[in-house]
Amino acid sequence: MKYDEQPTLPAPANTIGAVGWMRKHLFNGPYNSIATLVLGYFLISWMIPIFQWSIFDADWIGETRDACSGDGACWVFIGARLNQFLYGFYPEAEYWRLNLAFILLMFAIAWLVLPKTPRKGWMAIFLLVIFPVIAFFLLYGDAFGLERVETHMWGGLSLTLVLAVVGIVASLPLGILLALGRQSDMPIVRSVCVIFIEIWRGVPLITVLFMASVMLPLFFPEGMSFDKLLRALIGITLFQSAYMAEVIRGGLQAIPKGQYEAADALGLGYWQKMILIIMPQALKLMIPGIVNTFIALFKDTSLVLIIGLFDILGVGKAANQDPNWIGFSTESYLFVALMFWVFCFSMSRYSMHLERKLHTGHGNRA
Amino acid sequence: MKKTLISATALMVAMSGTAMAGTLETVQERGAVQCGVTSGVPGFSVPDDKGNWKGLDVDLCRAVAAAVLGDDSKVKYVPLTAKERFTALASGEIDMLSRVTTWTQTRDTQLGLNFAGVNYYDGQGFLVKKELGLKSVKELDGATVCVQSGTTTELNMADYFRTHGISYTPVVFDTNDQAAQAFDSGRCDSFTTDLSQAAGLRTRMQDPSSVGALPEVISKEPLGPVVRQGDDQWFNIVKWTHNAMLNAEELGLTSANVDDKKANSTDPNVKRLLGLDGPKGKGLGLNDDWAYQIVKQVGNYGEAYERNVGKDSPLGLDRGINALWNQGGLQYAPPMR
Repeated sequence: MKYDEQPTLPAPANTIGAVGWMRKHLFNGPYNSIATLVLGYFLISWMIPIFQWSIFDADWIGETRDACSGDGACWVFIGARLNQFLYGFYPEAEYWRLNLAFILLMFAIAWLVLPKTPRKGWMAIFLLVIFPVIAFFLLYGDAFGLERVETHMWGGLSLTLVLAVVGIVASLPLGILLALGRQSDMPIVRSVCVIFIEIWRGVPLITVLFMASVMLPLFFPEGMSFDKLLRALIGITLFQSAYMAEVIRGGLQAIPKGQYEAADALGLGYWQKMILIIMPQALKLMIPGIVNTFIALFKDTSLVLIIGLFDILGVGKAANQDPNWIGFSTESYLFVALMFWVFCFSMSRYSMHLERKLHTGHGNRA
Repeated sequence: MKKTLISATALMVAMSGTAMAGTLETVQERGAVQCGVTSGVPGFSVPDDKGNWKGLDVDLCRAVAAAVLGDDSKVKYVPLTAKERFTALASGEIDMLSRVTTWTQTRDTQLGLNFAGVNYYDGQGFLVKKELGLKSVKELDGATVCVQSGTTTELNMADYFRTHGISYTPVVFDTNDQAAQAFDSGRCDSFTTDLSQAAGLRTRMQDPSSVGALPEVISKEPLGPVVRQGDDQWFNIVKWTHNAMLNAEELGLTSANVDDKKANSTDPNVKRLLGLDGPKGKGLGLNDDWAYQIVKQVGNYGEAYERNVGKDSPLGLDRGINALWNQGGLQYAPPMR
């Protein structure tokens, strides 16, 4: 008997292509079909007016309020104030300083994020140690022939980024120290860390900001006044480091005891054990938690609006009050929301990428 | 408990307030007036699309800078929320507060503050849809009223309606914007807020012409600049800056004609105001032409009013009780002699 191998037939027409996909994912059964139709109906009936309003009927070009016909969104309003949304009240001639600082930051981050760039360690040190100094002189000036730009002129997206970046960069090391301190065997170190964490975690950020802006100045000696932005930054950093500490403590506890014991058995000291054995494993586990905290911090920066700092939301709210542009608050809130979303979404995507890259089979996730 | 806390804070504020002196020297040394403003109230202080602060309160800051430093642009604006405004003043973060602040007895006497005048007489009023045909607040019996929560506006309304035995249902909102929008969409029969704000909110309603204000003004809201107690010289400077703007309007001096008047006028009042004669700047510790600088760079009170809240602005408010005393209003400045 001779068997001829039959050529493989193509899959049936109704299981491939768009039709097949739809059959499989949208209409595989009566209940799912009904759900698809109902949800599809609502989605379309909502999306059409939204697109109509925000894109097709919207006014894009113009300088003044007269350019807005009134049917759709008035993006002219955002365009007219775009510089303020991005730079706040920073003097226009000095915008390059903010741009330069931002480009440097992006460059350094890209260097660290992209695979196959050499000397990542040096770049990290540059980003954490040298860049803040450069950024401070670029933004604040008053040195190297740069004009001083006081912090009350800062605002918009650049202020949001300053608050978020400083908060993120400063709270991570502080949080690591606090988490280690909380697990320490030394009773005084441990209780100081526990008290610090519990106090800062037990009050809302809004209270911290109010304390920093309203109460603190009353206790300063005569004639001394701390910069309001600096006060807010310190408040945000201390607050976030307490949260960060708890996230990191969670990661530390997930490391099996055997790892600690193995490190001890090798004769490593405390810091060697932490830096070489525990932290690399723990930090990897904690990426979702840490990024989650960063995203929360990024959004929390908008609370500075209640102490009169003009972050991007503050600029939007002030813009809504401009008598020449009254009545376009929807547009400015949408724009601000979009900006926040772009930053938070990229952080979240990067953290997922990092998790995959660093996944080496440890931890509980398969 | 709450009361002790308030008085303790007030005491602290008062102590730190009285110890501070020599604001004029500090300002001259710094080269800028630090002026506390709102973070956005249309017509009073709001940044425009170029980032310049505009408004009636802002013009007073500029006038003080023009008088003290000779340059109205030398102002550092510090946006403040309602809660932090007095602390910022007491702690020296700002030199003067020009932030739609109502002059009340408590604030004037217990917080270590001095009110240097009234640059806007505001009051609380009611907006209604014209189609209802209402003529008076007293006809609002049983009505629903949209109002911003946690404000004196809400309390004033409660007081007024209780004393007049009118029943009503308040519908409270977190911001004035929301309250106005709710009124516009028919959620309430009436909407109450300060009249200066009502005008701006009205312009953004679907059909502004269908909305009118009832004649009653149920509260007094004299808004004015505030300084720390214990520095009489600085207090005088802010007070007389406002007075100079009022007197300039009364004498017909504007930023356009002030140079001409300075050269040619024979009116002794004009000469005294412009520092060619009379008290000049000595008592205030300023240059003799301080008032000239105000009028030249900022303008008189009427100009500031029309440009920011009056007929040249989107708010389009009438002068009303903010007209000069000789035109039926309340704005009355002591003579400069």
